[in-house]
Amino acid sequence: MTDFSKKITDIASGIADGALNASVPRRSLLKGTAGILAAGVFPAVHSAEPIVLRYLGTAVNQDKAIGEKFEKDTGIKIQYVAVTTDDVTKRAVTAPNSFDLIDTEYFSLKKIVPTGNLKGIDTKRIKNADKITSLFTTGKVAGKLVGDQGTAPKKVIYLEGEKSKVFAKAPTQFMSLIPTTYNADTLGIRPDLIKRPIDSWAELLNPEFKGKAAILNIPSIGIMDAAMVVEAMGLYKYPDKGNMTKKEIDLTIKTLIEAKKAGQFRSLWKDFNESVNLMASGEVVIQSMWSPAVTAVRTKGIACNFQPLKEGYRAWAAGFGLPATLSGRKLDGAYEFINWFLDGWAGAYLNRQGYYSAVLDTAKSKMEAYEWAYWMEGKAATQDIKSPNGDVLAKAGAVRDGGSYEARMGGIACWNAVMDENNYMVQKWNEFVAA
Amino acid sequence: MNTSVAPTLSAVTPEPGRSMAAWWQATPLTLVFVVFFLIPLALILMVSFWDFNEYALLPDFTFKNYISVFDGCGNTTDMCVTFKTYLSTFKFSFLVWLITLVIGFTVSYFLAFYVRSSGVQTLLFVLCTIPFWTSNVIRMISWMPLLGRNGLVNQTLVGMGLVNTPIEWLLFSDFSVVLAFVHLYTMFMIVPIFNSMMRIDRSLIEAANDSGASAWQTLWNVIVPLSRTGIIIGSIFVITIVMGDFVTIGVMGGQQIASVGKIIQVQTSYLQFPLAAANAVILLSLVLMIIWALTRLVDIRKEL
Repeated sequence: MTDFSKKITDIASGIADGALNASVPRRSLLKGTAGILAAGVFPAVHSAEPIVLRYLGTAVNQDKAIGEKFEKDTGIKIQYVAVTTDDVTKRAVTAPNSFDLIDTEYFSLKKIVPTGNLKGIDTKRIKNADKITSLFTTGKVAGKLVGDQGTAPKKVIYLEGEKSKVFAKAPTQFMSLIPTTYNADTLGIRPDLIKRPIDSWAELLNPEFKGKAAILNIPSIGIMDAAMVVEAMGLYKYPDKGNMTKKEIDLTIKTLIEAKKAGQFRSLWKDFNESVNLMASGEVVIQSMWSPAVTAVRTKGIACNFQPLKEGYRAWAAGFGLPATLSGRKLDGAYEFINWFLDGWAGAYLNRQGYYSAVLDTAKSKMEAYEWAYWMEGKAATQDIKSPNGDVLAKAGAVRDGGSYEARMGGIACWNAVMDENNYMVQKWNEFVAA
Repeated sequence: MNTSVAPTLSAVTPEPGRSMAAWWQATPLTLVFVVFFLIPLALILMVSFWDFNEYALLPDFTFKNYISVFDGCGNTTDMCVTFKTYLSTFKFSFLVWLITLVIGFTVSYFLAFYVRSSGVQTLLFVLCTIPFWTSNVIRMISWMPLLGRNGLVNQTLVGMGLVNTPIEWLLFSDFSVVLAFVHLYTMFMIVPIFNSMMRIDRSLIEAANDSGASAWQTLWNVIVPLSRTGIIIGSIFVITIVMGDFVTIGVMGGQQIASVGKIIQVQTSYLQFPLAAANAVILLSLVLMIIWALTRLVDIRKEL
């Protein structure tokens, strides 16, 4: 899930602008109130010149509305720096002074933490630290362990100290990233063009969809999807899909190359928009897909399912990190932002976009009961479900694909990963593209 | 204009008091060239010999990166990725070069010799550039609704009963890649060829006619040789652009067609800078060789 991307924000902010204009009186009233509150509650912040936090990340969480709301609440300004997942990692490694707050995926940590460019986050300063969902801290959903193949957050979430370059085996006071959003990905399908139930990853390479399938062309994620397919086809069972040996990589790529030579793929896709366009135009009827992309196809009035599969989901998670050089008021501001982010408003906002928030209790308190029932409990919507921007995402009576939070996150099979043999994998992936 | 430039170029003998001024005049461009081209290039060359791991570049002197670029290329049964990639890149370069040359030459010929009024000439020439007022990517993407499975072309063909099922190879294929390239870069052929043609002394063509040459003979023996500079300059533009491209091939080829540029891009996005640098050095040397070969065919400085 890289450039999860600009389009989302573009579309979102466009619609947000529309919504804003429509409800100006109420908004400006809120703004006024928030201003008074902010002035009263955070006098220390206002006494000095305003803090500006440079927020480096992909566009997933970089929502204009979130930044504006935070500034209204606290007076701290968020300056979004939106790049792709790969570029977030690249900048964290090569230019750690170019941001004050990083929003990156857990799998990137294997590359970033050994450089010492990240500061351990002191959980004592995070108000809701102990309420962070158990999926991150212990790898459990509703008390049951979920799949931990790949870079599961629980493996990399704790550091040995504030200035540590290694991950801690057991929980400590210092976290590498404070989780923001996460989700579980699966195949997207066009039910109107396939016309039969799909229940396995193996269908991606089913010759029935020759010339009408697509796969993600971000090697480290695409290979995980491919591995799900290889296992589903019964070709091989990986000890860890997220950390393959050279032989396993060869096998996986060989399977992909054979399918490609047989004309299975219509296209490969790399960013959010490409996947939406491929699906919406009917060039492709089955492909690995991200849940908001499915939503985007649907808002065009085209049937598209985020299809739950019997082998489970490939999960991803992102979180906030602090650069090692951050100090003083900016550091305080960054902590304040993280605390604010976990406090519910942002969580509810993200939940309504189809992601999941890191602290569920606080998000729940900011959502309507019927919204919570639809998004998190897998119940049929009792009234129309709207996105944060006011678009209707689902009509009354609809049920969310994949069901409840527990059903979906409980069905995780593996996590996005960086393998030990990453260099070899990228080289082999290029071979697949060139085949 | 050419007549005035040529003599000054040949007068290389330094005149007293002029040499210092010439150095000063050359300094700004030289500095820009050194800072933004030579130094980065030297860095790329240096890094291509470095070692690397997941998150850091390790200064070293190793041929590892170059060896890994040609990994498996000794295998005769199945071509290695690098050769395959270069082969496909060369294929596109050649096809695009050939098509843009034919179209570019024809359009220039029409503009230069058939359009009599210079006002109309300018107007038509500006008309040629209009598509270039929008960005590359937009011009490329606009082909998609036209060529897609449910696109305009297929709808028309199916509607007219010419085909039963939509034609699949219109989009995400070699065809669509070449089409987009031709659409994007024919202009780079037209401009220099038109420029050369405009400088051909019309009396030469009259002389050819008077000597009884057929239209074809005039074209082949007079116009083509005299437009040679334009053709070579246009070819250099088109070939170098296509050799390094990864956006057009990516978008129009459905990300399924390899190009050298694409491989370099993937490697940089995974922090494999030394590998990418090695690939870039190889690509650069190949392109330089092509340009060198092309410039053997014409002395550009003399002809300009």
